[in-house]
Amino acid sequence: MIEARSVSKSYGPALVVDGVSVTIPKGGVTAVIGPNGAGKSTLLSMVSRLVGMDAGTVTVDGLDVSRTPGDVLARRLSILRQEQAVTVRLTVADLVAFGRYPHSKGRPTIEDEARVEAALAWLGLDELSGRFLDELSGGQRQRAFVAMVLCQDTDYVLLDEPLNNLDLKHAVGMMRLLRRAADELDKTVVVVLHDINFASCYADTILAMKNGRLAHQGPPAEIMRPEVLRDLYEIEVDVEEIGGKRIGLYFDARG
Amino acid sequence: MPTILVPALAVLGLFLVSLFVGVSDVSPATILADPQALELLLVSRLPRTIALVLAGAGMATAGLIMQMLARNRFVEPSTAGTVESASLGLLAATLLAPGMAPLGKMGVATLFALLGTGLFFAILSRVPLRSTLIVPLVGIMLGGVVSAVTTFFAYRFDLLQSLGAWATGDFSGVLRGRYELLYLSAALTLAAFLAADRFTVAGLGEAFATNLGLNYRRIMGFGLSIVAMVTAVVVVTVGAIPFLGLVVPNLVSMVVGDNVRRVAPLVALGGAGFVLACDIVGRVVRAPYEVPIGTVVGVVGSALFLAILLRRRHELG
Amino acid sequence: MSSAEARRAPFAPPRAARTVPAGLALSLLGVALLAAIAAFMTVGARGSWSFVLQLRGLKVLQMLLVAYAIGVSTVLFQTITNNRILTPSIMGFDALYVLIQTALVFGLGSAALSAIDARATFALELAAMTGFSLLLFRWLFAGGLRSLHLTLVVGIVFGTFFRSLSGFMQRLIDPNEFVVLQDRFFASFNTVNRDLLLAAAGLTLLVSVFGWRMRRRFDVLALGREAAVGLGLDHRRDVTAILVLVAVLVSVSTALVGPVTFFGLLVANLAYQIVPTHRHAAVLPAAAMLAGLCLVGGQLVLERVFAFDTALAVIVEFVGGVVFILLLLKGRGAR
Repeated sequence: MIEARSVSKSYGPALVVDGVSVTIPKGGVTAVIGPNGAGKSTLLSMVSRLVGMDAGTVTVDGLDVSRTPGDVLARRLSILRQEQAVTVRLTVADLVAFGRYPHSKGRPTIEDEARVEAALAWLGLDELSGRFLDELSGGQRQRAFVAMVLCQDTDYVLLDEPLNNLDLKHAVGMMRLLRRAADELDKTVVVVLHDINFASCYADTILAMKNGRLAHQGPPAEIMRPEVLRDLYEIEVDVEEIGGKRIGLYFDARG
Repeated sequence: MPTILVPALAVLGLFLVSLFVGVSDVSPATILADPQALELLLVSRLPRTIALVLAGAGMATAGLIMQMLARNRFVEPSTAGTVESASLGLLAATLLAPGMAPLGKMGVATLFALLGTGLFFAILSRVPLRSTLIVPLVGIMLGGVVSAVTTFFAYRFDLLQSLGAWATGDFSGVLRGRYELLYLSAALTLAAFLAADRFTVAGLGEAFATNLGLNYRRIMGFGLSIVAMVTAVVVVTVGAIPFLGLVVPNLVSMVVGDNVRRVAPLVALGGAGFVLACDIVGRVVRAPYEVPIGTVVGVVGSALFLAILLRRRHELG
Repeated sequence: MSSAEARRAPFAPPRAARTVPAGLALSLLGVALLAAIAAFMTVGARGSWSFVLQLRGLKVLQMLLVAYAIGVSTVLFQTITNNRILTPSIMGFDALYVLIQTALVFGLGSAALSAIDARATFALELAAMTGFSLLLFRWLFAGGLRSLHLTLVVGIVFGTFFRSLSGFMQRLIDPNEFVVLQDRFFASFNTVNRDLLLAAAGLTLLVSVFGWRMRRRFDVLALGREAAVGLGLDHRRDVTAILVLVAVLVSVSTALVGPVTFFGLLVANLAYQIVPTHRHAAVLPAAAMLAGLCLVGGQLVLERVFAFDTALAVIVEFVGGVVFILLLLKGRGAR
């Protein structure tokens, strides 16, 4: 269980996260949605101690993230941020192997190597394992980073907008993968998403943020309602049920 | 590991050639027959050759570390103001405490190198990094500014000649008793090998390092200290060797990538071999006179740097 | 002037409104320059006036010539490259000139070279310089270096390459000869070679007449290649003409005082600040006069007040480097 208690963060005069208290249950996929500037990424960064908070506390299974040693936390929780440009020339296998660093401290055991193999296989990267990251397509590179995070073998896996720069096919592939990680590997996946329909179709719980505060929290059926989405995004969104999934339609040309 | 065997043998070959090239006749045959030749070998040739290996390996490794820390391919001690700051420190030590021992001067030079490189990273953190190449540009210019300050004081206090010696690497003055400080650089290079994984992780970014439970700032501080110390030692003992730390890691990276653990020994070997080869050229081309290695490396290094830039111009531009 | 400014007015930055008109700025600069020259000629003079005036007169002439060459060549180079951060010397053009000089000595030997008149060697160097810089420029800018930063780094590394190669060749020349030749390679603002000075002055005058007749086309070229072609200019021919002009001016200044990396960058950017117009008829004289004022005034202060002599170049490098970093950080150089 991840618990944030009245966490706040401001950059200069801008209050980006404003006293958010939230509990993310263990297990399943939790999607964080909301308009630009709502504070989604900052909240995720504070939970994963990439960014210090100005006020409040975050605990992961009772461990206070700002007090727990970095390597202890690295065995509980992993975070994948939107990677900008990778300047380091590493092979896929090398990158994935770094996921074992918190466990092996650079001296990999046979068990570590087996886990690397398993992660590569799980993501269908066996064939690419000797290739350099800069030789891969965007979707393949993203999968390699996810493989590394899974190889880190933490209960909690946090991902910040992993669908950015992915085309439809790869975006769907990524979401299925995260779903499988939760279902088959018992991971707790927390993912920041832009597309409400991906959240609706793949998440168990949705956190909706607006203006630095938590606006709504609940299962997709509760969040995917016209009045909630209108309040969140300030546009009209029709919601239709298609194949048992609630889909938001926001393409109204007349606005 | 066969990949490391070939370069290792090549460096060994260059090492032997370096021992037996020079004005006076020293060859495997004469050492056995002539005690003077043996003496020359032990007092001058061997120290010079060892110094070449240590300085080359150290500077190349320092370049590799900087490229990881700055997350930029085109950074090395002479494109980040490190070398120029070390020279300024050396000048300050020479002016303020002329009698100071070499180790003390090296300490002052290290301190300045650390401050200068820190300034470089501080400027970088304030630049919106729109392009890869703005990083070495800022570094080169910072180096220019620092060296203008150094030149000004060197000129005022009649030390331009010493400044010239620090700025241009030259191994002709290396004798027994005058190069041993370079073993410190060897120790630092080894320390860098031991921390190889940390540097790779740092090269993947602060978020990446933190996620794996590493203290990014500590890696930064450790890496920069190694770079500053190696640079200071090399500048104090033999003078700057430009572009070495840029060219060698770039060439190695094209073939084997950047996993520091795997690459560092190759980079160190490459640096040693590169410096040995350039030094042999400098000794042979105008015998009995010597062309200082700084000049030879300046030509070869800048030509290779240009080749790398132009080869990658499509991704850079 | 008024029509050009009127057209520009809606887009002018608010800062321009506060600057003085171009005519006034130019006149003020002229007066300041004259005052600096007068002071340089007279302050602290002892002994025979005719001797002092002649010696200092030559020095002032040399400084003015160098200032003119650097100021004008930098502004024109920035016009054809459409930015305010590239300069001929940052792109390694003066290092190229030193390399050509060295290669000539290396190829012919100093004995043969001393037998030839200094002006004849200068002419030879000039021809080689013009040819090579045209080649280099065409190659750099036609070869797809579209990014400013890449062009800059390539230029800087080319400069280092040229300098190292000159250094290498100088080492290959007999060390004894090298000492004799060193004076020839690097003069300072203080030594004057009279014959060379007059030849350089004549040459500069010649290319300036030629350039002055193109001044209105400069304004169009500054709009960029597409715009210039669209407005009916023969872009390739005009750029080549300007490059020849720049090559000659860089050779003049480097032959007289050696390489000065950042001076052009400083005066060109100051000139853009002071003269609130993009017309070259105003910017070029402003840059030249500013450069003259900096050199004569700077030398006056350093020589007479602080009693340093060759430190001016060092101070220029320091200030120039800082300005360059600031320009980079602000992104002002962007096209």
